[in-house]
Amino acid sequence: MSIDESHGSPRKSSSMRTPLGRVRNLGASGSGTSEFWHQRITGVALTLLIVPVIAVVMMLLGRNQAGATQILGSPLVAIVMLLFIISSAWHMKIGMQVVIEDYMHNEKLKLVAIMANGFFSAAVALASVYAILKMSSGV
Amino acid sequence: MGPFGPQPSKRHMTARIDRPLSPHLQTYRWTLTMVLSIINRVTGVVLYFGTLLLAWWLIAASSGPGAYASVQAFTGSFIGRIIVFGYTWALLQHLLGGIRHFMWDLGYGFKPTEREALSWVALIGGISLTVLLWIAAYAIGGGR
Repeated sequence: MSIDESHGSPRKSSSMRTPLGRVRNLGASGSGTSEFWHQRITGVALTLLIVPVIAVVMMLLGRNQAGATQILGSPLVAIVMLLFIISSAWHMKIGMQVVIEDYMHNEKLKLVAIMANGFFSAAVALASVYAILKMSSGV
Repeated sequence: MGPFGPQPSKRHMTARIDRPLSPHLQTYRWTLTMVLSIINRVTGVVLYFGTLLLAWWLIAASSGPGAYASVQAFTGSFIGRIIVFGYTWALLQHLLGGIRHFMWDLGYGFKPTEREALSWVALIGGISLTVLLWIAAYAIGGGR
């Protein structure tokens, strides 16, 4: 997504390119259907991962911090949680971007919202990954 | 005026043609697939912000007993339980809605009765799985 490629921008009225020409090949987004496809890939990954993740949460119910840390820091559980966190963050970043693009029509506001979406998704993912790695290394 | 009559306006070359727009939601009779489409988007947005809860829980667990106890105090409270219950439903509803979309992506279930049935399965399945999971949670965790 970029401001230059937006539809109906006043600057574009003097362009020689037709509206169709502007959206050919990789389209208005400039990235084609790659995000649509990544949304499916992460969706399949999350469908598979949700079963072990629910099992992990069930195992942790009613345990204190020491017990929870021991389980969350064990290699297999930690790897499953890391995969889940990364797939979730990726999936939700793309999903929220679609929502923003559907409802926000001010180009600059949209750009800011899409950036904020990326920052939020990255921050949540990194914070969660950090916590898992910290528990895994027993610090 | 140019030498050969009026100049064609530049605007005409690239002007957007005012084609009729597709009518939006309020024009259509409500259908189940429409409702589930909206639910899938709303639950997606809920889950987006719900990841803050997941991150808070993991960071607290890695921080120490005090931080973890405050998460448990929250999730054990009445409001906390309602939020986590809602989060569970949003997760399972979005999951089943997503599986329904995978089937459509592969080209199955497009007949009117099939898509209606798929939508009912997703809706009833989401609620049933949430309740079942919470029954299991209370059985395992003793409701703590």
